[in-house]
Amino acid sequence: MKKLLSTLLLAGVVLWSASQAMAFKPAVVFDMGGKFDKSFNEGIWNGLEKFRKESGIKYREFEVQQEAQREQFLRKLAKRGSDPIIAVGFGQAAALSKVAKEFPNTRFSIIDMVVDLPNVQSIIFKEHEGSFLVGALAALKSGTGKVGFVGGMDIPLIHKFACGYVQGVKYINSNTTVFQKMTGTTPAAWSDPARGAELAKTMFDSGADIVYAAAGSTGLGVLQAAADNKKLSIGVDSNQNYIQPGSVLTSMLKRVDVAAYEVFKTAHDGSWKPGFKILGLAEDGVGWALDEHNAKLVTSAMKSKVEQVRKDILSGAIKVHDYMSDNKCPVQ
Amino acid sequence: MNENQANVLVVTLVTIINLLLAFFISGIVIWSLGEDPWFALETMLYGAFGYDEGLGYTLYYTTNFIFTGLAFAVGFHCGLFNIGAEGQAYIGGLGVGLICLWLEDWSLWIVFPLAVLTSIVAGGIWGAIPGYFKAKRGSHEVVTTIMFNFIASVIMVNLLSHVLRPPKEMSPESREFAEGVWIPQMHEIFNWFGLEITQTPLNGTFIFSILCLFLVWRLIWFTSWGYEMRTVGINESAAVYAGISVSRNIIIAMAVCGGLAGFVGINEIMGSSHRIMLNFQAGIGFTGIAVSLIGRNHPFGIMLAALLFGILYQGGAELSFEVQAIDRHLVVLIQGLVILFAGALENLFRPQVEQYVKQIVRR
Repeated sequence: MKKLLSTLLLAGVVLWSASQAMAFKPAVVFDMGGKFDKSFNEGIWNGLEKFRKESGIKYREFEVQQEAQREQFLRKLAKRGSDPIIAVGFGQAAALSKVAKEFPNTRFSIIDMVVDLPNVQSIIFKEHEGSFLVGALAALKSGTGKVGFVGGMDIPLIHKFACGYVQGVKYINSNTTVFQKMTGTTPAAWSDPARGAELAKTMFDSGADIVYAAAGSTGLGVLQAAADNKKLSIGVDSNQNYIQPGSVLTSMLKRVDVAAYEVFKTAHDGSWKPGFKILGLAEDGVGWALDEHNAKLVTSAMKSKVEQVRKDILSGAIKVHDYMSDNKCPVQ
Repeated sequence: MNENQANVLVVTLVTIINLLLAFFISGIVIWSLGEDPWFALETMLYGAFGYDEGLGYTLYYTTNFIFTGLAFAVGFHCGLFNIGAEGQAYIGGLGVGLICLWLEDWSLWIVFPLAVLTSIVAGGIWGAIPGYFKAKRGSHEVVTTIMFNFIASVIMVNLLSHVLRPPKEMSPESREFAEGVWIPQMHEIFNWFGLEITQTPLNGTFIFSILCLFLVWRLIWFTSWGYEMRTVGINESAAVYAGISVSRNIIIAMAVCGGLAGFVGINEIMGSSHRIMLNFQAGIGFTGIAVSLIGRNHPFGIMLAALLFGILYQGGAELSFEVQAIDRHLVVLIQGLVILFAGALENLFRPQVEQYVKQIVRR
């Protein structure tokens, strides 16, 4: 009898896991920007496409167009048995915390925001660490002792980029001046390249020779202005060195594509875990880009110095302050 | 068949023909993308009506369009072309939100009437100022109301980014109101009667919007003020000759428009999102113009046209969800075709239809 029971139990487990494997139905809800925003959403789309090509598993997707649709379609996907479900962007946090409570057996991942629930994985990045590195490189490269920062929307997240950058600059040379400007206070600030170019131009005119853009597609204007004025720029999120070869000093990499890919992959092989997933230098979630387009701009001395800084951050010798921990920045 | 009935018949036929044409062309586009247009239509209708959740969302969008449709229609009867429902809804919603934030510990029975009053006052002021410029200075309301949309947007952006946003929050929106001042959702209302339906953003405001349809109908055709207003709309000189104050009517009409548009705030802020958000009114005000024109500026027509746009919004979202090859931009195309044919090209087949109806009437 005992044997029969355990056999049945085993068969049950095997069947259950088989059905789980067969029913692997991943899904993603993109935010307002849409999956082809040349920035954040598109980075995630790239990661998911990589998974689809490798595994041959299709995923469901939805692009939000109305506020109410976030909750509606997160719920609809969960109801249809999609699992795991990725919610893209901080805007979906309120909707996700509602829906995740209703479907405790569905696995959710949210990127760039924290939702503290037992079935939600919150993926956030240590943008301040990556920004520290590019700040250090900017200070090493600058000939005028003045560098700039152009942010997108004026939110704590972007101040986190700015604060890490300033810390990196001041670490190398505390006399360097950093000009800081935010593009705007609404989501429109993510997609205003003309304004980005204007802000960068003002900084170049005031003597800056390197400007770091953390501003979505607004940053493309910054890169363009740097190329036009024979100055340097620093890209963000994905490797943007190729966009204006020879005038992009480096790019602060934020690997949302890897993060999104990992969600599907770990959920597929069963190693997906809820809770916080904080991706920093140690996890290769952030970093700086060196390729053939900027190789001439970075001397080997600069490179070894930045690598040294990287190691010091990893070992804890350098502590990079996170703006969002207290909404303050120790240096300006 | 008398002349009045014949007119109704012409209007109905023209609208139906135009809608069919819009859907026919949408079908061709979908077919050229390699998808089955019949399946797309079926998905859209099922998504909008087929189950209670879909219907809930459809009616939730409909509620908004009823308000902004009426906001356009009242002005239209007074000879005004109110493009400002967008800004009026925005400011009305701000008023509703501030009341809810301020009085969130009070009972809904007190807060709801106050919120309605505030949205009338806030939206009304936003409509009445362009009305005043039109009446006293002759500034064209199309220009001034568009400018007021921009002013409203700038005000809201600044308030939400700097004043109302709680520290540490990323999104430019206020904090959530206490649950006591939320308008009951439709599933809660059904629950009182022991009926079970799926939870959707559809809330008690829907019932209020139907009441507004009725009130506006009475107001325009059964009160002396409605008569005065329509006289101003049809012939200003005749109105002056009859002793009707044109400027007074224009200002009041614009204030009523603004008040009606402000009710979008009740549905969105108090009924659905429970916080003041950026762009909660996005596009609803402008769609209201199409709703009113397709509905022939009559409350009954507006109800049907608002339902049509509710179907397009909800069914369209379902369509892009179910058929992954159809993305959200195609849904905007379908909506655009409906506006083009039923709104802008409404007189395309009118002569033929009138001819045809005349023949029937003669018989």
